[in-house]
Amino acid sequence: MDTTAPEKIPFLRDPAKLAILYQCLTVLGVGLLSYYLIHNTLANLERQSISTGFGFLEKEAAFEIGEKLVSYSAADSYSRALFIGFLNTLSVSFIGIVLTIIFGTILGIARLSTNWLLARLSAIYIEVFQDIPILLQLFFWYAFFYEMLPSPRQAFNPMTGLFLCNRGLIFGVPQSHVAFLYAFAALGVACLLIFFIRKWAAKRQAATGQLFPIMRVSLALIICLPLITWWLAGAPTAMNVPKLTGFNFKGGLSISPEFTALLLGLVLYTSAFVAEVVRAGIQSVGKGQNEAAMSIGLKPAHVLNLVVLPQALRVIVPPLTSQLLNLTKNSSLAVAIGYPDFVSVAGTTINQTGQAIEGVALIMIVYLTFSLSTSALMNWYNKKIAIVER
Amino acid sequence: MAHFQRIVPAMVAAFCLTAGVAISGTLDDVKSKGFVQAGVNGDLFGFGKPDEKGVWRGLDVDTARAISAAIFGDAEKVKFIPQTAKTRFTALQSGEIDVLTRNATQTLSRDTDLGLDFVQVNYYDGQGFLIPNKLGVKSAKELDGASVCVLPGTTTEQNVADYFRQNKIKMNPVVIESTAELAKAFFAGRCDVLTSDASQLAGTRAVAPKPSDYSILPDIISKEPLAPAVRHGDNQWKDIVNYAVLAMIEAEELGITSKNVDEMMASTNPVVQRFLGVTPGNGKALGLDEKWAYNIIKQVGNYGEVFERNVGVNTPLMLKRGLNDLWNKGGLMYSPPFK
Repeated sequence: MDTTAPEKIPFLRDPAKLAILYQCLTVLGVGLLSYYLIHNTLANLERQSISTGFGFLEKEAAFEIGEKLVSYSAADSYSRALFIGFLNTLSVSFIGIVLTIIFGTILGIARLSTNWLLARLSAIYIEVFQDIPILLQLFFWYAFFYEMLPSPRQAFNPMTGLFLCNRGLIFGVPQSHVAFLYAFAALGVACLLIFFIRKWAAKRQAATGQLFPIMRVSLALIICLPLITWWLAGAPTAMNVPKLTGFNFKGGLSISPEFTALLLGLVLYTSAFVAEVVRAGIQSVGKGQNEAAMSIGLKPAHVLNLVVLPQALRVIVPPLTSQLLNLTKNSSLAVAIGYPDFVSVAGTTINQTGQAIEGVALIMIVYLTFSLSTSALMNWYNKKIAIVER
Repeated sequence: MAHFQRIVPAMVAAFCLTAGVAISGTLDDVKSKGFVQAGVNGDLFGFGKPDEKGVWRGLDVDTARAISAAIFGDAEKVKFIPQTAKTRFTALQSGEIDVLTRNATQTLSRDTDLGLDFVQVNYYDGQGFLIPNKLGVKSAKELDGASVCVLPGTTTEQNVADYFRQNKIKMNPVVIESTAELAKAFFAGRCDVLTSDASQLAGTRAVAPKPSDYSILPDIISKEPLAPAVRHGDNQWKDIVNYAVLAMIEAEELGITSKNVDEMMASTNPVVQRFLGVTPGNGKALGLDEKWAYNIIKQVGNYGEVFERNVGVNTPLMLKRGLNDLWNKGGLMYSPPFK
């Protein structure tokens, strides 16, 4: 037997050490390259006497924004204007994501339905909406709204306080009253209660096998608790009704055609993709699982909820995340149809201040934040539903 | 090691590609390229837009042609590069274009913060309002609560906000990126009023389904001196662009047109002789051929001809000379002496 110690491998022939060396060199290279690019850009800007830095954020914006969730006027600063744009992007993305998940799931399940007509219709829908570019769909919906709907003076008025015209959907809202604040708090309490009741019901079922009508109780809580609070607080019924004065409606709330067109376009387009993701997820669960669940006497709703969906979700969540990210990113097409999202406001800011690099950097940071938080949330959910290894 | 041999040249190439382009001697660059790269609108009737045969037409386009005629003796050595309101200044800063002739308003911050230099104004404009006649509005002050269609990426957003604030009235802006889409929304009634530079409004009205249904309100709410721009710091290039525009104005004042310029070469007037290079001096001072002004007038025409051809009363824009007439006819167009 050969007992001599293995020959020491020279540094340059040891693949493990070489790999480390290459990685170090790559990091160094990337670092040098970015230093060079940044330095070069700054030097060029300096030489062309173009201002740099984020000082402009504190200057007066001096332009108006059509839609705002919090107060804003042209006298506010650029940072405030950008914040308005940020909120607009956030609201359209958030509402869009919620609606897309709901509508996409329904479509995906419908596509697998045993009902021939339903399955075919959803298949056609998915094919059509997937294959038309989103920008075209947005133009279509926007044109649909402003071409179809009448001017404010001829607005549709199906009921008191509700108007539909090419300025948007304008409706009356209750006059602000402290009762609504209480009712809103009651809604929060109801949600908290439901959370605990669910926990308790699951525990009781595990211990005794008895079921609890959780759905009905939750629904009752969510509706009744705020309603009772509102009634106890004096049941205010005064309405803030919109009125046509001059060019437009004053009072009430309005949803603009730009917002609706953008939301509709994004939801209809992205749901088609989500539907396919959901279908793939459901089909990934073996047929045997279904049959086994039925054979032990579970109701069809329980088969879906307790057996199929928990397994399907593991397949659905990762691709679903990327579709939701697409929705957020596609919302930047808003500028094409006049919705003042972050990109639109940042574009105006860039043009008025001329500070393109800073403006584009802000846009990148905002979308990166949106995308990373969506991913983080979905990854957390994915981990929660993953198979627990024992 | 094979890895390494591939990475190193790639990195060297990347370094070379990202190295800054030195900005000096634009005239030499242009001469060695053989053409002028001009940033133009591309979508604005009367100022910069190709006609149905693909030939570029417009006041700004002809200004770029004049620069080419001055340098090369040939008005067609121009490459027109359409720019949006957003991209135009960056394109000029980065050297993608040599001159920007795209109805750009000269302002203090653009002159300073953006590192640009504006030359002689080639169109004095002002922001106005286009409104359907059926609304019965006679003055912009009656527009309280109106929805206003605005083209983004220009000074117009700021002007209209300032105007409504001064008059303590409210507005709802609708800001759409593309001119064509914005006009469509306006004609369909999404907004009560469209605001932009008056010359642009005239262009938009010309393409309306029924132009006579719309009128431009008499209120002009801003000063918009539209001028060609060059990069800050190259004084020779700035002089050439500046005097190319001024030459067209001076020619109109001297009564020299594209039709009579050859006869004028024989003029005994010393001012005309100096202008057309019969008496040399001006060309050398600018670093150009002595016939530079002759070439501009012969191939492009004087300012009056260019104006009437592109935006004048006999074009669909139907614009009067107004502020853009010569100084001795009540306008603002005034050229320093060519000597």
